[in-house]
Amino acid sequence: MDITLILFYAFGAVLVASTLLVVMVRNPVFAALFLVLAFFTAASLWLLLYAEFLAITLVLVYVGAVMVLFLFVVMMLDIDVETLRKGFWRYLPLAGGVGLLMALEMASLLWRSVGGENVGVTPPPGYSNTKALGRVLYTDYVFPFEIAAVILLVAIVAAIALTLRSRKETKYQDPQTQLAVKASDRLKIVKGLQR
Amino acid sequence: MIPLGHYLVLSALVFAIGVVGVFLNRKNLIILLMAIELMLLAVNMNFIAFSHALNDLSGQVFVFFILTVAAAESAIGLAILVALFRNLKSINVDDLGSLKG
Repeated sequence: MDITLILFYAFGAVLVASTLLVVMVRNPVFAALFLVLAFFTAASLWLLLYAEFLAITLVLVYVGAVMVLFLFVVMMLDIDVETLRKGFWRYLPLAGGVGLLMALEMASLLWRSVGGENVGVTPPPGYSNTKALGRVLYTDYVFPFEIAAVILLVAIVAAIALTLRSRKETKYQDPQTQLAVKASDRLKIVKGLQR
Repeated sequence: MIPLGHYLVLSALVFAIGVVGVFLNRKNLIILLMAIELMLLAVNMNFIAFSHALNDLSGQVFVFFILTVAAAESAIGLAILVALFRNLKSINVDDLGSLKG
């Protein structure tokens, strides 16, 4: 048995176990942490396919940014887990049946059509996945790449616009009234005051 | 050398678990978002496996774009979640009936 195959089975087992725990655990913080584990294992599985750039991107973007965002939100919200889990065990047989059926259908179909034959080529030594990907990304896909940048900008603006709020007790400067102020509004000369 | 079918079956399993997560946690919006992330991860793994098998980098470029869109989606989704919690003090899907749809 090949060492990469053994690694694949080990990482695959961890991936399936951690994804199952993501959807089963009671505490959303643990779910987020198991999702981190799932992303990490998926990144190592992608490394086995020689997709180094995307594996690193998955760890940086997902584990580093998105999951931290998830954890922030989970810890910020004061949620009652018990009411949210009502009906969990009632739906478990149906959900398990549908999931099992779906997995079996997809797996049997894919296995019949693709099978277990070895395809794909091992890249030659000195091959850089990042360089090759960048070469494709900045030539053939340069326009979609820029659209992706615009999508990220829209996401930033939308996230800020949705969560920004102005509190009543916060004091703001109003430049218009500051500019329109006259000396007579601020300074009053009282005549005839004598000691 | 890992056969292509292994990766496809593994990602089918992960996708099915994501669907099960949507079924089981129908009331908890945060876990729903996490289940969506799991399904996207399964799709990405399919893309990369085929990209390796067909020796074509386009699949990996598509994974790059899916990662971008998924990051934007989860950022906006969590922002909506926070705004919702501020107004309703709850993220239970059953409480979100103000549009009477």
